Amino acid sequence: MLGALVIVFREVVEAGLVVGIVLAATRGIAGRSWWVSLGILCGVLGASIVAAFAGAISNAFAGSGQELLNATVLIIAVVSLTWHNVWMAEHGRQLAADMRKVGTEVSEGQKPLAILAVVVFVAVMREGSEVVLFLYGIVVGGTDMGSLLAGGVLGLAAGAALSALSYYGLVALPLRYIFSVTGFLLTLLAAGMAAQAVHFLQLAGVINVFQSRLWDTSWLLSDSSILGRMLHVLIGYDDRPTGLQVIAYATTLAIILLLIRMARSERQPRTAS
Amino acid sequence: MRTLIGLFALLIIFAPAANAAEEIAVTIKDHKFSPDEIHVPAKKAVTLKVTNADATPEEFESHDFDVEKVIAGGQSAIIRLQPLDAGPYRFYGEYHEDTARGVLVAE
Repeated sequence: MLGALVIVFREVVEAGLVVGIVLAATRGIAGRSWWVSLGILCGVLGASIVAAFAGAISNAFAGSGQELLNATVLIIAVVSLTWHNVWMAEHGRQLAADMRKVGTEVSEGQKPLAILAVVVFVAVMREGSEVVLFLYGIVVGGTDMGSLLAGGVLGLAAGAALSALSYYGLVALPLRYIFSVTGFLLTLLAAGMAAQAVHFLQLAGVINVFQSRLWDTSWLLSDSSILGRMLHVLIGYDDRPTGLQVIAYATTLAIILLLIRMARSERQPRTAS
Repeated sequence: MRTLIGLFALLIIFAPAANAAEEIAVTIKDHKFSPDEIHVPAKKAVTLKVTNADATPEEFESHDFDVEKVIAGGQSAIIRLQPLDAGPYRFYGEYHEDTARGVLVAE
């Protein structure tokens, strides 16, 4: 039972942290619950589909289907997050000002909602498919089913609770800082996802350069521990990254920060006048 | 959107054909690996072909050589290993960690 609890908890936290940040980043924007729910719902559906076709997906592309699918959805999430952060650099200040002015509901910001729903979808689908497969295995296996399922349900509840905690931690921040903090978190999230995508491409054998490990900090914080996993999701922590993973991380970070700066400076003359 | 489709197409095009690396067969049965000790040459790319003979899915995972792969019941999966330094590397089945354990020795 404990094993089942830990596995489900881990996956739920990984997806839940992303959902928590997205919810905090869209605080006060009208329709966000709808969009985030849509993302979660599609994610669960997607996870079930991925789980159902796990065998076929795995065998596709000379046995690299799973890795390529993971890399593809991660890249989609990275592109979405980049787009979102640039949009926020252009409109964020306005959005925050509107929120203070008219209270909490702002109708602008449907575009970033839709794009963040994609990010939620990807996170839930990736982590969810493992949970679905694991639970399916319990049902098929039959032995000791009750206690394993109970462990799974407890893991789900505990994971959801921890994610909710992270959300309330974020929204406790003063409104003034919330967009910059969540924007920063989403930027690191994107960089971490880019590094993961590269890792999957390396596993698939698509990329074969810079694959030796740059450092090993597993003695300090293993990324298979719960804290390591959470930092892995949040900031892309990896205890033994390959050279290319680090390059992907740094490049994504640099590109997003550059685009944000460009978006801001483009806006500057207009706001000044 | 078009960029993304293009991107995926690129991934498919560059997806590797089965390469010439040495292939080692591993079977999962009753949530145990057999063999549970694999010897591979160090500093050489090898391929594991892991067959899951159980009806339930398993996730082949190794933190030591950084692989995570779900294998559905009755299916096999190809796992490409990068050249490894000499030494032992543990792997396990995440869904049945109590029994599904093994070690890969690069030498």
